[in-house]
Amino acid sequence: MRIVVEKRDNKSKSAAVLIPLASFAISLILGAFVLLASRSNPLQAYSAMLDGAFGNARRFQYTIVESIPLLMCGLGVGVAFRLKFWNIGAEGQYVWGAIGITWVMQFWKFLPVPMLLPIGLVVGMTLGAVWAGVPGFLKAQWSVDETLTTLMLNYVAIGLAEYLYISAWKAPLGNMGTPEFPREAWLPPVWGKIHSGLYIALAFVVLLWFLLYKTRWGFELNMIGKNPRAARYQGVSIKRNIVLAMLLSGAICGLAGSMNTAAIAHRLTKGVDGGYGFTGIIIAWMAGLNPFASILVAIVMAALTTGADALQIAMKLPESMGEVLQGLVLIPLLAGSIFVEHKLKVIKKEAV
Amino acid sequence: MNQQTQQIPVVRMEHITKHFPGVLANDNVSLELYPGQVLALLGENGAGKSTLMNMLVGLYRPDSGSIYIRGELADIHSPQDSMALGVGMIHQEFMLVGNMTVAENIVLGMRDLPFVPKIDEIRARITELSKRYGLQVDPDAVIHDLSVGEQQRVEILKLVYRGADILILDEPTAVLTPGESRDLNKIIKKMLSEGKSAIFITHKMDEVIEFSHKVQVLRKGKTVNTCDTAGVTPQDLANMMVGRDILFSLDRCAYNPGGVKLKVDHVTVDNPIGSRPFLDDVSLEIHRGEIIGIAGVAGNGQTQLTEAITGLLHCTSGKIFIDGKDMTNSTPLQVIRAGVSHIPADRGANGVVGDMSVGDNLAMKKYRTSEISRGAVIKRSFLRAFADKLIEAFVIKTPDQDTCVKFLSGGNIQKTILAREIDSCGGVLIAVYPSRGLDVGATEAVRQNLILQRDKGNAVLLVSEELDELQMVADKIAVMFEGRIMGIRDVKETNTEELGMMMAGATGVRRNA
Repeated sequence: MRIVVEKRDNKSKSAAVLIPLASFAISLILGAFVLLASRSNPLQAYSAMLDGAFGNARRFQYTIVESIPLLMCGLGVGVAFRLKFWNIGAEGQYVWGAIGITWVMQFWKFLPVPMLLPIGLVVGMTLGAVWAGVPGFLKAQWSVDETLTTLMLNYVAIGLAEYLYISAWKAPLGNMGTPEFPREAWLPPVWGKIHSGLYIALAFVVLLWFLLYKTRWGFELNMIGKNPRAARYQGVSIKRNIVLAMLLSGAICGLAGSMNTAAIAHRLTKGVDGGYGFTGIIIAWMAGLNPFASILVAIVMAALTTGADALQIAMKLPESMGEVLQGLVLIPLLAGSIFVEHKLKVIKKEAV
Repeated sequence: MNQQTQQIPVVRMEHITKHFPGVLANDNVSLELYPGQVLALLGENGAGKSTLMNMLVGLYRPDSGSIYIRGELADIHSPQDSMALGVGMIHQEFMLVGNMTVAENIVLGMRDLPFVPKIDEIRARITELSKRYGLQVDPDAVIHDLSVGEQQRVEILKLVYRGADILILDEPTAVLTPGESRDLNKIIKKMLSEGKSAIFITHKMDEVIEFSHKVQVLRKGKTVNTCDTAGVTPQDLANMMVGRDILFSLDRCAYNPGGVKLKVDHVTVDNPIGSRPFLDDVSLEIHRGEIIGIAGVAGNGQTQLTEAITGLLHCTSGKIFIDGKDMTNSTPLQVIRAGVSHIPADRGANGVVGDMSVGDNLAMKKYRTSEISRGAVIKRSFLRAFADKLIEAFVIKTPDQDTCVKFLSGGNIQKTILAREIDSCGGVLIAVYPSRGLDVGATEAVRQNLILQRDKGNAVLLVSEELDELQMVADKIAVMFEGRIMGIRDVKETNTEELGMMMAGATGVRRNA
């Protein structure tokens, strides 16, 4: 008897749903072993996590708040990934968004206060776009490898932010952090902890879905992503589209940064490089670059984070256990994705 | 040949069946090959010839049936297994590493090589083998610097070096000049005289007659006929292959060219890595209602000429005019907007996006127009209607327009490209190896469409490596060699010998250059 992996004749819709669910179940089982090894009852631990993420209105709100920047970064990198342009610089673009809005809030005193928030968001978005546009341009013009440039530029952005909140832009009081934004310029809440960034993120989901699936530009991006040579032969400019897609990608990640800063910390301070940009890569990937699927994936990833906090409190487990469990979720999901397009075939007897 | 049937066949494939998703590639096919014999495997594309041979070398496994090598049941799981049994295959795409030498390529991947190979011994053995079979190549030459014919010799040497005595050649002459084909024939004859044998995959009738002792015709995965080559005519073979009568000539209007549509004026394109330029001072004019054929062995600048015209390749010097307008180094989109359609070489890589649907691929030029889009938004209903119209008009065989193009046969992929390019054609049609690898039926459709465009008054540039095709379709033939045009001839005033000489770079016949 032999088992072979064979391509499915046609994409199965039920497989596309069932396989991620089965993978998730497998990752729970794997996680259970880790939890057992650290002398915890896995069932208790999982229920503590579930409770921590969704247990009451406040926890649910925290999870949603956490998912907003994750969703935005997932959407942002997803645009670049459509072109097989590996933008792993979302973190830096996010940080530039935070720097941008802080700059407006702190120094653009000539603006009336109600204008600070919208202009700050736009400036943050623009800086994110520029930060992503640079590697895009380098790639388009001289084929400079984007994985290296986008990755290294993260550290430049993070370092600059540190310099700003520790030294140059530091508030007169306290050790680190810029002065707090004027209260009128905070991103207003919509329900408890949940802020109006939720609407912006959901608007981007719809906007990107339309742009990517309904427009000529989306059609061109699809062609380039799937066969750049053929796209070029059809008159599609690859250079121009790489730069455009990177500008959009960086703009969305930058907006995530400025939005989150205006909603949560209200100033540039330690923790601005929260890893949303990196987790966004995972979200884009797991959602198959589909904007709507990204919503669900972002909530799951956010729940793993907020649930891990609860794990720490309820089970006296280290916070890093949450990260271990997050990692364990990913591996079966990514490994399982092969079965959406392929199937196992058991060959009972060798053909003779 | 009769006593050979008394011998044990070196290869016997029995009742081989192989399914691919949705396709029955081989249906109960049996085959026998005797020592010292060349068996031609003839069939249209998708007839199952390559699949059958890929099973013999272990790239695929049959669903059922068995394979005997020299009378013994063979269990072949990989090309290594088949090589150990002395069976080697030369694929259409050569498997050589361009920046390594001949000797390095020949021993590359051999398992029993010592950690530090004794390169002198290897070189000596290669020299000996190449003398024995008339396969002249320099073991120290780097692959890039070799012609396609020489590269093929390296592939043959690679198999012989590893001790193959059953050679499978997948359309070996597709890339050769008539002269090189004759050399290949001699090499094979020499090998046969030493008891080796060969299977020859082809869809060209005259090659069957020239090269083989026996011919087996496949159609739709089944054996249609197996017979001795002596006594069959090309017409018989074509009819067996297609299952209906085939036209060997095509209807066309009288040659009545209009004004100059496309003018290539002293164009040179530098080659950044090679020693000679891709294009060296090329000049050419194509009139409305005219087909200019470009003959030449692949790799002598033909594709670069078409890419320079279509804006895909940068011209170092010279000018390109369309309707008298300077289009030198325009973007591909500007050239498309000037009415130039392009059926590129290597259709899978350049012509279609395999992972997108047939409908989307058909729309890849017209999506910019109001026929499919409203402003920046693609209207799906318009696209669907447009695609259905082309699928019907060009008889593209596809389950539906949502099927990914990569699941179609080569002929239907080419029809998809043809449909898109002809539909969007605005005066110039450039076709590069449009019938390469296509079966007789699809080839006929391609050629008829090219002639139809000419009759409609469009300027057509046809690059082909088959002289018969050019002589059948083109009005004038330009021959390219090493990036230069060796001469342009009226089809009626030239013949295969003259064109063949020019393809081989004979400058004696170069007129007024």
